[in-house]
Amino acid sequence: MITTDICIIGAGPVGLFAVFEAGLLKMRCHLIDALPQVGGQLSEIYPQKPIYDIPGYPAINAQQLVDNLMEQIEPFHPTFTLGERVETLVRQADESFVITTNDGTSVHCQVVVIAGGLGCFEPRKPEILNLEQFEGKGVAYMVKNPEQLRDRRVVLAGGGDSALDWTVFLADVAKEVTLVHRSDSFRGAPDSAEKVFDLAKEGRINLVLQSNITSIHGNGHLQEVSITAKDKSVTNLAADNLIPLFGLTPKLGPIADWGLNIDKSAILVDTTDYSTNVERIYAIGDINTYPGKLKLILCGFHEAALMCQSAFRYVYPNQKLSFKYTTVNGIPTF
Amino acid sequence: MIQFTIEDRDGERQTLEIPEGINLSLMEVLKASDYNILATCGGMALCATCHVQVLEGFDALPPARDAELDMLDTLPDADPDSRLACQLRVDESLEGGIFKIRGEEQ
Repeated sequence: MITTDICIIGAGPVGLFAVFEAGLLKMRCHLIDALPQVGGQLSEIYPQKPIYDIPGYPAINAQQLVDNLMEQIEPFHPTFTLGERVETLVRQADESFVITTNDGTSVHCQVVVIAGGLGCFEPRKPEILNLEQFEGKGVAYMVKNPEQLRDRRVVLAGGGDSALDWTVFLADVAKEVTLVHRSDSFRGAPDSAEKVFDLAKEGRINLVLQSNITSIHGNGHLQEVSITAKDKSVTNLAADNLIPLFGLTPKLGPIADWGLNIDKSAILVDTTDYSTNVERIYAIGDINTYPGKLKLILCGFHEAALMCQSAFRYVYPNQKLSFKYTTVNGIPTF
Repeated sequence: MIQFTIEDRDGERQTLEIPEGINLSLMEVLKASDYNILATCGGMALCATCHVQVLEGFDALPPARDAELDMLDTLPDADPDSRLACQLRVDESLEGGIFKIRGEEQ
């Protein structure tokens, strides 16, 4: 089991900066993020976009900000669990917590800080009859191991870059590849779209345009998809695997079941220290809400600083905290 | 004043009157009017949670740019008359339009 002072859920910019503020107070941090890399929205959604409201930077590229934050917290040697989603939170007899992820990683900590931004990014699910019934039984929302699709009849749905790229890739792997798209054109990368059209012309993939998958069927495992065209005609197609690729959408996930006060997918906090209604659990950044809340990175940084001042009493219950500027003390590394 | 109509998920319609020259997107107006709309990315055309269907007045709108079209293409339920509310400025192009909220709920 990993043991730390503060377990931060979410490795976006606010979660990363919280490591720095915690480090100044000699509190160690472990970060957990469902995404496979640090940076949160910045790295996942808009890494190349410039940000203009970070103090001291007239403009900074989102990924550069993440890289800088990683450099800034390096002296405090935070540890990370990436690509895993927090599932359970169990309070211990001494009021500390044990957090467990979906992959079974356990973290013991004195304080939990939720810096989950928009929440976990989960696949956007289309409205297909029986879809969830076949999840893990032929239906998946991402391709983790293409070899598992070798020599199988694969149906992909979607019109973005992921759908195009996987269609091209799987044309050489699967026994049969069908791409279903609601439109008759693709907005994805022109090169990828051209490849898909070429593969269809060569008869190496099936391209079903102006159509949607409306229902799926099988006996314990996916066997058939029903495709409805714009003219309402329905075609049934034998399939072993269905991969809907419609991007990601944020969800609060299991955190919603932790007894926290929640308003419209955001966690209510006390603005004196960004604590939640559950003692020793704080929420900072875009995931919290309070009167006047602004979803800005710089506001999250401020929240991280105040949170750490408050969390100190749980990590060091017998010590008195006296605030000191970094200009006085420098960076007291571990 | 610019007038347009919003149809919520229950089919209820409400006409909004917005002063001309206001520098807001339709998404911001919807949020300010307490419509249940996620608008996760805050207006960057990155999340598509402010998806609206333009029931009337589609042709009067400025054409969607690549970022908006790219995102609409990831939506399983987008139609040819779909737009992202965050990419529509509230100006005379919205006058008389009817917009049905399609994006995910909060």
